Amino acid sequence: MEPALLSPAAYKFFHIPTALFAFLIPLVGMCAFAYIMKRRIDPLLKAAPDKRFDRILARLWAVAKIWLAQWRQPRYMMAGVIHIFIFAGFLVLSIRSTTLVIIGFWESFTFPGFSGTLGHVYNVFKDFAATWVLIACVVAAIRRGIFRPERYAVPAHYGKDHTGEAVFVLALISTLMISESLFEATLAAAQIQQLQPAEFVAPGTLAWLFRNMLIDEPIARLQSMHITAYFIHDLTFFFFLCFLPLGKHFHVITSLFNVFFMRLERGNVKPVKHGVGDDQLDDLESFGVKKFEDFTWKHMLDFYSCADCGRCSDNCPANAVKRPLSPRFISIKGRDYAFANYPLVGADVIKDDTYQLIGDIYSEDEIWSCTTCGACEQECPLGIEYIDKIVDLRRGMVDEGNVPQSLQKPLGALEKRGNPWGKMEKKRSEWVKEIAEEAPVKLFEKGATADTLYFVDSISSYDDRMQGIAQATARILSKAGIDFGILGKLEKDSGNEVRRFGEEMLFQDLKAQNTEAILEAGVKRIVTADPHAYNALRKDYENLPPVEHISELIRKEIESGRLPLTAANGDGKVYTYHDPCYLGRHNQLYEDPRRVLDAIPGLTRVEMSRSGDRSFCCGGGGLMLFYEPEEEQRMGVLRVDMAAKAGANVIVTACPFCLVNIEDAIKVAGLEGKMEAIDLCELVAQHLAA
Amino acid sequence: MAQIFAYILHKDGVVDDTALELAAAAKKIDAGATPNAIVVGAGDALDGVCNDMAASFGEVWKVANDALTYPDAEIVRNLLANILPADSTVLFAHEHLGMDLAPGLSVKLDAAFVPDVVDIEGADGSTLKLVRQEFGGAVSAHVNCDASQGAVMTIRPGVFAADESKSAGGQVVDKSAEAGDLAATRKFLEIVEAEAGDVDITKSEVLVSCGRGIEDEENLEIAFDLAKAMGADVSCSRPIVDAKWLPKARQVGTSGQTVKPKVYLACGISGSFQHMGGIKGNPFIVAINKNAKAPIFQVADVGIVTDMLDFLPELTEKIEEL
Amino acid sequence: MEILVCVKRVPDTSENEIELNGAGNDIDRDDLVYSVNEWDNYAVEEALQIVDKVGGSVTVISVGDDESEEVLRREMAMGADKGILLSDDAFENVDGRGIATILKAAVEKGNYDLIFTGAQADDGAAQVGGMLAAMLDVPFASLVNTIEVNGDKLKIGREIEGGNQEMYEIGLPCVLSIQTGINEPRYVGIRGIRKVASVEIPTLGAADLGLDAAAVGASAARVQRTDYFLPEMGDGAEILEGSTEEIIDKLVELLKAKGGLK
Repeated sequence: MEPALLSPAAYKFFHIPTALFAFLIPLVGMCAFAYIMKRRIDPLLKAAPDKRFDRILARLWAVAKIWLAQWRQPRYMMAGVIHIFIFAGFLVLSIRSTTLVIIGFWESFTFPGFSGTLGHVYNVFKDFAATWVLIACVVAAIRRGIFRPERYAVPAHYGKDHTGEAVFVLALISTLMISESLFEATLAAAQIQQLQPAEFVAPGTLAWLFRNMLIDEPIARLQSMHITAYFIHDLTFFFFLCFLPLGKHFHVITSLFNVFFMRLERGNVKPVKHGVGDDQLDDLESFGVKKFEDFTWKHMLDFYSCADCGRCSDNCPANAVKRPLSPRFISIKGRDYAFANYPLVGADVIKDDTYQLIGDIYSEDEIWSCTTCGACEQECPLGIEYIDKIVDLRRGMVDEGNVPQSLQKPLGALEKRGNPWGKMEKKRSEWVKEIAEEAPVKLFEKGATADTLYFVDSISSYDDRMQGIAQATARILSKAGIDFGILGKLEKDSGNEVRRFGEEMLFQDLKAQNTEAILEAGVKRIVTADPHAYNALRKDYENLPPVEHISELIRKEIESGRLPLTAANGDGKVYTYHDPCYLGRHNQLYEDPRRVLDAIPGLTRVEMSRSGDRSFCCGGGGLMLFYEPEEEQRMGVLRVDMAAKAGANVIVTACPFCLVNIEDAIKVAGLEGKMEAIDLCELVAQHLAA
Repeated sequence: MAQIFAYILHKDGVVDDTALELAAAAKKIDAGATPNAIVVGAGDALDGVCNDMAASFGEVWKVANDALTYPDAEIVRNLLANILPADSTVLFAHEHLGMDLAPGLSVKLDAAFVPDVVDIEGADGSTLKLVRQEFGGAVSAHVNCDASQGAVMTIRPGVFAADESKSAGGQVVDKSAEAGDLAATRKFLEIVEAEAGDVDITKSEVLVSCGRGIEDEENLEIAFDLAKAMGADVSCSRPIVDAKWLPKARQVGTSGQTVKPKVYLACGISGSFQHMGGIKGNPFIVAINKNAKAPIFQVADVGIVTDMLDFLPELTEKIEEL
Repeated sequence: MEILVCVKRVPDTSENEIELNGAGNDIDRDDLVYSVNEWDNYAVEEALQIVDKVGGSVTVISVGDDESEEVLRREMAMGADKGILLSDDAFENVDGRGIATILKAAVEKGNYDLIFTGAQADDGAAQVGGMLAAMLDVPFASLVNTIEVNGDKLKIGREIEGGNQEMYEIGLPCVLSIQTGINEPRYVGIRGIRKVASVEIPTLGAADLGLDAAAVGASAARVQRTDYFLPEMGDGAEILEGSTEEIIDKLVELLKAKGGLK
């Protein structure tokens, strides 16, 4: 039986078999694509090393959850759902697309395994896929072009708006859907006209719609539409394929790899150079990222993979207070640099020393503005990392002596005195005197021994207000009958921010001194009330006894009955818990502090809309307290407003830096008397049963 | 005892306060001696200054020359080396001119040098017994100076009460001829004035002044709020200007502006002498500082030991209620 | 341009609490941390910036004991090309004139276009620069807060009162004492210091400098500190007591009386 329509493999265009074009287009397309990919991979070959091939199972799990199941997409529901539809559609249609390309010159080709029933089921399914992809594209285009959500906006100093490119790509995808459906519909219409068995076209699909529209068209018209649709699809497909690596849709190709290689651990910081141990650091010529090629290949892949979705910047607290930092543009600018200097045509341009990454691409304030809160990395659906890049850029600046004056003093003080205020070592344990009767604290510096070390860290030791946290913690440990002591003058700053601000060698110094003192003390476990210390001791230090946060300990003691609590006095106080970045996002400790609060009978607690892993940074801790940023307001003020909006009048924090920033913000916002802040330990200490 | 000389600072015919302070200092070295004054300059106003000083000094040595229209420290140093007798003791005010010329002068005269003297206990033969401060004013030190071959000293402005006795009845002696060659190896070009700020604190009657205690640029708001409520202006100490939180025009101090208010609120200011040196006219000083040991409490009239960040907003509120 | 910067190792006043020792004849030095004198650090940064622009090298020099080496190394980590330590038992307890004499001998062994000192150090004397210039018989300017190089002449500004500046043209060689705030010194990290840890720093004693120990030593010092003491506190301010409200009320009354409220 004659086929209802000639397929492209059989058709002749002015005596030239179109099969020829159907063969050449993919050939040229694939060659071009391969060439483009080669040029794109070039800078990665010159990049710094990165260790991303460990823990394969965990990586595969990340791919399954974040890439395949699009786990993070629904955090922005509307955009997330649209994207899931488009992504799922692409996956489904990948088989159809491959088949389409090949049947252009090999008529009888069927995708392996899809010749029988599966093939028919698939054909129906793929029609639905093409339809929902088109609908999603239209909705997306209207959303991008007309409603223009805030987070896609491009501030003037970053360049031109990206909406054009976005809508163009949506148009390309729509063209693919329409041409594919037309190709199918024309054949189905012709088959029906010729009373031949037609492939089932599911009702409600685009192909079904076209088939019904075309059912009465003359065969000749159907034939030319059939061939035209095919080649429109073919050309668009390969054009699109080669267009992907030229812009933000590169993520279509790189996303699988970017997610596979994404960081598995949180709160830690990459070493100065992978493969170089801490004891070999002195031999390195240069620290940090000073030129583009100093980035690791995964970081360059990150630049390629940015889909320009703006979710990172939308959650970035620095961006919210209008500091000069927008994480999205760290990626976009990095990508644009790579494209400009590793061009598709012409030689690679490796810039000389006069071209400064800091200064010409990124500004100093941009890089110093980051509080390392991790909201960006939490949000990114593509597994792009920011903190390590910023730390590396800071390392580069520190190496060149390019440190803001406001940070030089605390860094100098840390070097000389082990704390950023330059206070004397022997005063580190002064806070114990006030509670000496009620809760005597053992001092390892004086030769005492104990099971547990309470690592106080600098701010809780020296700051008049934060000593309250240390004292409350000591009272709680005492009441729970725990045998503990502090290092006193032997303790140095944990160095969490020192490392994240790029002063790696000073951090190594502090780490060595602390590790020696801790091991000397011979303790079996460490507890701390400072999440920055908690993070550093767990993630950056090695060979230490297990480290706990005080909230974990308190919860256990409450649940075992060793720490009975009195009831809240119900004087109209509504409490809300603010998740500190270094307890929550970086260490996944969300539940314990909440269980502790709920264990106080009669305490009314509400949640802020941004809580848990969407918590909003208070402004930063450690060295960030000393930095003078350019900003329109303080992060703390925004956070206090969020608490007020949630109906709370007491903010409970579990971090001394959060407490400093929030108490400050309450004053600046003029909410004294209407809002207060308290540390978890202080609150629990207030409710210790006699 | 060798002769004691005091170098007189003057501008546009107005004699600086330090002139009579040096007279008092000289008396403390040797109560019986009558110190001499040295006045250099050019123009008509010079004679007026010399006559003025004659009331307080034994002899007023005048050096007049057009090259001295603007007193270039190097030129002055050279002429002093020429006119001063051997083994003299010479006093200068410890300010930028004195700091520029006195050390080198001591070498040229082969005399001993003691800078920034805050007290003179007297002389034991040719050994002068002096007091200085070190470590930013944290401690004082007793210093002995062997003045047998002469001594050059700079005296901190404001530590000695001006000697207003005017009982010297001295004479003006013209030493211009002995000055020697008034050439210099450095060439004075001009004075560059600081940019005028939006506010001229030298004319303010009431000042709310902030120091390191303000801690953060954003907290300056509470100072401006208080100033507004009081009808005052905001000024500051040097660290605030170094951090670029306020313009130089708002800095009170020896390297900043000299102010003569009626009331001065020193908030979070420690009270270094460089800062206090910018306050003249004996205003009513209120010190607000959380450090009870801050030197400001020595010079203030009234003190409150508290954190200015807590105190100022409450004070503002109270004043606004009035 | 060959620049020599004189630096001094001093107790860090901001990171230390200065107290008298038990005997009352010195400050308690047990818990002190030392660093380079802040003014000297600005001077080194200025020298580095000049050499960055016009070429040449920066040498840092210090009169002190072995521990002063750490300060020379820190400035070399900052970028200075060479360091020289002038140390000798005979130099102990010299006065400012003695320091200047020692430095002069060292200067004459080299060939420097420009010599910097900090405007003052921990003792607030602000003397060595001026003395050194007079001994070398070269031009001098103190409290310099801006420098512009024009060939073999410099245009400099001195800080005077009221935020104003005296501008001078000064020829080379000369000595300048540098005021804080002239620039923003670059950061020196631990890594930088470790990199110069093994660089050789020559030490010169009295004999190397051709100095007669008796002429510069303590015995020749005409100015000597005999002790440290804390002055008696005068009456000082009347400290207002009571609750915050009471204090504010009292203060408002006083302000009204003294014309502080308009």
